[in-house]
Amino acid sequence: MLYRAHVLVEMTSNSIHLGASQVKERLEREIAQAGLSSEIKVLETGPLGGGVPSPFLMVYPDNVMYAPVHVSDIEEIVTEHLLKGRPVERLIAAGARPERKEGYFQPSPLAKEKRVVLRNSGLIDPGSIEDYIARDGYLALGKALSMTRQQVVDMIKDSGLLGRGGAGFPTGLKLEFTMKAAGDEKYVVCNADEGEPGTFKDRLILEGDPHSILEAMAICAYAVGADEGYIYIRAEYPESIRAVEKAIESATESGLLGDGILGSDFSFRAKIRQGAGAYICGEETSLLESIEGKRGEPRVKPPYPPQAGLWGKPTAINNVETLASIPPIILHGADWFKNIGTPTCPGTKVFTLTGNVNMLGLIEVPMGITLRELLYDVGGGIRGGREMKVVQTGGPSGGTMTPDMLDVPMAFDTLTQFNSALGSGALIVIDDSHCIVDVVKNFCEFFLHESCGKCTPCRIGNKRIVEILDRIQRGKGQENDLELLRILGENMKETSFCGLGQAAPNPLMKCLDYFREEFEKHVTEHLCDCQVCEMKPKRKKLSV
Amino acid sequence: MAKVAGDIKSEQEQENMVNLLLDEKEIQVPASATVLEACKLAGINIPTLCHMDGLTPYGGCRICLVEIEGQPTLTASCVTPVREGMKIQTSSKKVREARKANLELLLSNHPLDCQLCDRNQSCELQDLAYEFGVRKIRFQGEQQHHEVDLSSPSVKRDLDRCILCGRCIRTCAEIQSVFAIDFANRGFESYISPSLGLPLGESVCINCGQCIHACPTGALSEVEHVEQVWDAINDPEKTVILQTAPAIRVSIGEPFGMPQGTISTGKMVASFRRLGFDYVFDTNFSADLTIIEEGTEFITRLTQGGKLPLITSCSPGWIKFMEHFYPELMENVSTCKSPQQMMGALVKTYFAQKIGVEAKDIVMASIMPCTAKKYECQRDEMKASGYQDVDYTLTTREAARMLREKGINLAEMPEEEFDDPLGISTGAAAVFGATGGVMEAALRTVYEKVTGETLPKLDFMDVRGIDGVKEAIVDVKGTPVRVAVSHGLGNARTLLDKVRAGDVAYHFIEIMACPGGCIGGGGQPIPTNLDVRMKRIEAIYNLDRSLPVRKSHDNPAIQKLYEDFLGEPNGEKAHHLLHTHYSCRDKM
Repeated sequence: MLYRAHVLVEMTSNSIHLGASQVKERLEREIAQAGLSSEIKVLETGPLGGGVPSPFLMVYPDNVMYAPVHVSDIEEIVTEHLLKGRPVERLIAAGARPERKEGYFQPSPLAKEKRVVLRNSGLIDPGSIEDYIARDGYLALGKALSMTRQQVVDMIKDSGLLGRGGAGFPTGLKLEFTMKAAGDEKYVVCNADEGEPGTFKDRLILEGDPHSILEAMAICAYAVGADEGYIYIRAEYPESIRAVEKAIESATESGLLGDGILGSDFSFRAKIRQGAGAYICGEETSLLESIEGKRGEPRVKPPYPPQAGLWGKPTAINNVETLASIPPIILHGADWFKNIGTPTCPGTKVFTLTGNVNMLGLIEVPMGITLRELLYDVGGGIRGGREMKVVQTGGPSGGTMTPDMLDVPMAFDTLTQFNSALGSGALIVIDDSHCIVDVVKNFCEFFLHESCGKCTPCRIGNKRIVEILDRIQRGKGQENDLELLRILGENMKETSFCGLGQAAPNPLMKCLDYFREEFEKHVTEHLCDCQVCEMKPKRKKLSV
Repeated sequence: MAKVAGDIKSEQEQENMVNLLLDEKEIQVPASATVLEACKLAGINIPTLCHMDGLTPYGGCRICLVEIEGQPTLTASCVTPVREGMKIQTSSKKVREARKANLELLLSNHPLDCQLCDRNQSCELQDLAYEFGVRKIRFQGEQQHHEVDLSSPSVKRDLDRCILCGRCIRTCAEIQSVFAIDFANRGFESYISPSLGLPLGESVCINCGQCIHACPTGALSEVEHVEQVWDAINDPEKTVILQTAPAIRVSIGEPFGMPQGTISTGKMVASFRRLGFDYVFDTNFSADLTIIEEGTEFITRLTQGGKLPLITSCSPGWIKFMEHFYPELMENVSTCKSPQQMMGALVKTYFAQKIGVEAKDIVMASIMPCTAKKYECQRDEMKASGYQDVDYTLTTREAARMLREKGINLAEMPEEEFDDPLGISTGAAAVFGATGGVMEAALRTVYEKVTGETLPKLDFMDVRGIDGVKEAIVDVKGTPVRVAVSHGLGNARTLLDKVRAGDVAYHFIEIMACPGGCIGGGGQPIPTNLDVRMKRIEAIYNLDRSLPVRKSHDNPAIQKLYEDFLGEPNGEKAHHLLHTHYSCRDKM
């Protein structure tokens, strides 16, 4: 059946919380009442990102976006726009996508956007494999199957793609190690245990374009010689799980997963495993332990997963965003990818903006963008016109950026030079109304809660750090507390078993250094200039 | 099993070597070594807590840190393989500070009341604090608290003293394949727990106590019977009788500074007589008796077509393991009580009659190398006289503590003999203490009983030694009798799974719960490791060789016991007093 118009409703974890289901329901009812059911089709779509408020409606072919939409707006949209052809000006979103400047879009704050991994998100119905295929979906898999395994690996290697989970390890090398590892039984794993606070890019990719992950996993499986893959999704992402489940089902029905894919002798099956809420399971070897049904604790490395991973077999484990970059690389070639981003860190990065910034949400931009551009051009500046105090990149375990770093290009290698880290791409923006001791304690408490307990420095060190910060906040700081914090932090960094413990003291160490005076004032003068910490000495009780 | 120094050396000839620069000194080590092993070869024993030979390396305590050039952080030597050209620093300022900081962190969550601890002076945490020169703990803060778990008849758990090294967990899983305990909770709140949070006494724990040997601190120790034994000794109404197990005489000298592997039978008897026991008997006597009963049971099954293979029943840890995990093999297990229980049953019937004392006025105590014996002695079915066959079981460690409390230095005692008549034994009983010993003793008797001929050679070398599973075929007058021996329940599981699958067929199997047999039991002096086990085993076989009578059926006291009291082996009276039955238990 042919429709005159399509209306896409954003259906994601986030937008559902904000009333998307009610919006969709109302929309369908109003359309039916207006007698337009045979002319206008309502579809679900994934997130658009770029700070577009949720939930949004997209009307095609008019290219009109309404955002955010409330149930009470629907009647007007249907009667005015869909029935009479007069877009409701007051509800049209401020933001828009640059390639669609025609129509009613206003000048966009998204000019810096470059979509590779989010190429389909917000444009297609993630539940429809036909939508995905219509946008060249599974074409890369077909192309890969016509190449040799080595050629596939080489192309990814040449592209310079670095793992987007946070560590930035070259993906092509990882695949090559797995391909060359001895053994008939190999696995590919997708790490979708996105637990880093402030990070929600993987969720939006899974919900907006789940087939891109399945396609990428199949390509990797072909390259390394695996026929089975696991997608480890945290249970807190029910919409992601639903989306991927549906995608596996339809891809299997369509013969794009299963035996003899696209007439080749390559077979691949994908299964979902749900995480149970432990942050440490985002660490790759803990994740593998968890898939095997064991307690989530990191393994001794070496051997690394490409040598001995899932059930001791060679395993290529990659982050969602990394995987989503792979089909376009196969399709357009390594050179195309290298032209995006910086020479040493090519491609795009999805950043998630949270905290005291005007525009919240995610945006995909080329690597090498500066923090200033992200905060002020994309994010619309610090909320309430205040000053930035720190931006925590990549969540608590990533890097801490201070105002002196606003113009550092954001890429794996450049940030490392500044003793910071890109991590997962989360940007937690904190303005100058916040007390640094409070901010640091908040991050440290997170690690105290999430430490698995395997190694001494992380298990007990985090506890002691939080205890000291707590007494500093209560005006009970002791003379050598800052020195103790430094020793504890240094020790965790130097001696912890895994990346969690090694990275946990990052915010503490950086802030102890950069905001030394503020810490000292808390300890020696019992003063919190931000008036966040309750420093008042306890009043003596009057004797009755 | 992980490599020990000896293994590494023998591998040196066959294997590729790599060159390392260890503390500025060039050394060559096998390419398969870890940094920890390499350092050991070069004479540097890097301090460790969570590492234990024979277990999978864990890397959790972060004490064995070293500095390796080019590595961004310090490296745990126990889990790091060597590489050609590696440059290692084992005592740089950075290394020393980091090790000390982690030790202080552990101590900051540990009670500092060493005087009150079971492991005072045998505690690895205490030793390290002394060696590292910790005089003050910089990082004070909240400590974790748990109730002491006294639910098990054998093993006491005081989790406040636990440093979460996981050695007990790995021992229970990897050596014993029991999987009774694992980590629970997360982070600072982690603790070690039986499954479903049950108390240990309600879990599948088989009471072997190997976890106690694995524990570097006082978190795990035996449930003590010391006070009860003192009370009995001090009670004028009671006749207090002691028995000492075969494995005690080769280990009780250790807490008194005697070299490992010293045989101190006579000094042991003299010491415990002075402690106040009215009679000191020898469990070796009832070991000989076990051979007569179990040997007869075997011959009957072999010649009259009973259930085979027959499996030994001396090890109470194995019995509980079987009840949980192999109940279908229950009919294969000998119905014989263990020597400890046989002795108790005889003392409270045969010997009570002899001295004219009622069973209710006898207190039967034992010194065992074993924590599971504490559990065995309180099993309901162990009441041949109407009273518990054995009232209290002391581990070797508890017994040594009692001697020291009284001020008896065993090393300086004269040699004395066991009391008659339950103190006379043979070399066959002596070898009960080592893995393969029960099998060897049984074969000596079974061969002669079946063939009516004298054994040309008493030593069955195939069943001796430290291999996990040992096999032998013994030609008994044209019948090839196939036997197997295993020690450590992980090995037993391997063996039994093959038996169950029908891959192997045996007539007779010996299973001991503890690695090395009883000399490696959970109640033995600390340390008990592979090295110490080997020395105690050597002592056991030396003892056997030195004895005039080496076959159980030649023990004159045993012969007299049957004539005067028991009648026939496996007869009605023997069955009532010396045999038992088992029950199925849950797998969880």
